[in-house]
Amino acid sequence: MEPQQGQGKPHLPPPSLWPIGFAIGVVCILVGLVVSWPAAAVGAGLTVLFGFLWVRDVTAGSRRRDAGTEPRVAGPESATEAAPAVTAGRGGATTAEPEPEEGYPRSVFLEGATIGLGAVIAGIVTVPIVGFSIAPIFQHTHHDEADLGPITNFKEGEFVVSTFLVDPSEGEITRRTAYIRNNGFILNKPSFTVLSNRCVHLGCPTQPNGPLFENRKIDQKTAAGDVTLIPALPAGGFGCPCHGGQYDQEGNRTAGPPVRALDRYEFYIRNGRLALGKTYSVAEVIGAGASARIKKYRLAGPGQHVDGPEQWFYPLQPPS
Amino acid sequence: MKAALYPVDWLEERSGLIGGLKYFLFRNVPRDSGWWHTLGSATLTAFLVQLGTGVILAMYYKPDPNSAYESVQHINNDVTLGWLVRGMHRWGASVFIILIFFHMARVFLFGAYKYPRELNWIVGVLLLPLALLEGFSGYLLPYDQTAYWATVVGININGTAPFLGPYLASFLRGGAEIGPETLSRFYSIHMLLLPGAILGLIGLHLYLVVRLGVSSPPWSKEAAGRERVEPPPVRGSGLVNPAPRGVTKRPD
Repeated sequence: MEPQQGQGKPHLPPPSLWPIGFAIGVVCILVGLVVSWPAAAVGAGLTVLFGFLWVRDVTAGSRRRDAGTEPRVAGPESATEAAPAVTAGRGGATTAEPEPEEGYPRSVFLEGATIGLGAVIAGIVTVPIVGFSIAPIFQHTHHDEADLGPITNFKEGEFVVSTFLVDPSEGEITRRTAYIRNNGFILNKPSFTVLSNRCVHLGCPTQPNGPLFENRKIDQKTAAGDVTLIPALPAGGFGCPCHGGQYDQEGNRTAGPPVRALDRYEFYIRNGRLALGKTYSVAEVIGAGASARIKKYRLAGPGQHVDGPEQWFYPLQPPS
Repeated sequence: MKAALYPVDWLEERSGLIGGLKYFLFRNVPRDSGWWHTLGSATLTAFLVQLGTGVILAMYYKPDPNSAYESVQHINNDVTLGWLVRGMHRWGASVFIILIFFHMARVFLFGAYKYPRELNWIVGVLLLPLALLEGFSGYLLPYDQTAYWATVVGININGTAPFLGPYLASFLRGGAEIGPETLSRFYSIHMLLLPGAILGLIGLHLYLVVRLGVSSPPWSKEAAGRERVEPPPVRGSGLVNPAPRGVTKRPD
């Protein structure tokens, strides 16, 4: 069978669906490398299995053809004994007669091998580069609790604009601001309202709508770097200079484009000192101060709804 | 004169580059093409200015949160003519974007995107967002308050895209929060990834311009699809070797 005659013939080897399974296996490996080793092992198993099935599928045509032509080849070969083996060893391309017997011309093989090997090399080179650039999306960042100093610095019922470093090892770029109000004691436990200053419209820094008492500013050095506390009277709540979002003292939106209430920090009392933990999102605060009822949502980016029908636009969040 | 041009002939004989350049520069264009048709090469020039000034700025700029702002101040205040180079890059960016839109408007209003030039329109449409991304990624680099908060807002706008938006924002930040990685990431995207992609697409854009030719303006009275008037054949490379008398000269 000559290769030129294959023009109008059906596609050989027939199209195979195994590459899809193979690709899923590769994806499993990549995700598994980041998430968990067992998942990577399952991925490796899938890759090998579907890879084997794929190769079997692709080579099925040529193997069947080999099996079909073998008896016919065997006839003349057995008659002339060792002669065909010698010509094949010297290079089949120069001899005209044995050529039609070859099921797979050398040029086609070389073409396929070059493209195939090139694709394999490109893939091997590309996978780590792409993985390297998208890996940060899937990595958890661990932050220690931010120590803001003794809770006696927070007068009951007064907002304090507090700035601190989330990660002192990375420097000033991790400086964050929180509006902290001591709500007094509830059931013998101290209660604080700790609002993030980041506007939940698009992440600009909001400002207190009212005076800051710079003369009562407290500078202290803690594990969270240089912590500054400035008492403030945000009588008009908080406002964002970028696009005009307005919030009341509980962080509820009162005007402008924001889609939910201000984010809040988890807080802990450690040896009489106030420590801030992770940030979480809030749709709406009901009530005020120590008696406020707050439903906690996983931290979402600014502008993303956490409740209502729009929340279904953001079903997945990268780890924060 | 002949001795001075000898290297040019030497190069032409071995590479054909001079002939290629001549083909590019002296190709036929419609008789009534005019100033409107220069907007494309003006855009290219603006991009080349960005390329040149950007390379020089990269010699002084430090993509690190603690020294980025100071290094830009250093370029502006201390480096000889640094203010000029930075100013060219900073204002040239706006010129580049404005010229792109003028060029695009010219092509649209002249109907120059029609057959057979649809593919070149598509290449141009791919170039547009790359240029805008250059602007966005470059905006962070001075690392002042405007740059920082504008980038915060820009990334968060990406984050509000449904479904994959939060991941896109995380990819742009290089993590959950804007940090040192964000700046070096934007720097690399700004000066390696995007310029490379833009250069490749500009090459394709120009290839198609040369291959398909320049379109006549819509008010043209010339019949479309006229036969190309081939210049008379020239012996040798033509640039240096004197052609036989009476062949290249037009009969007056």
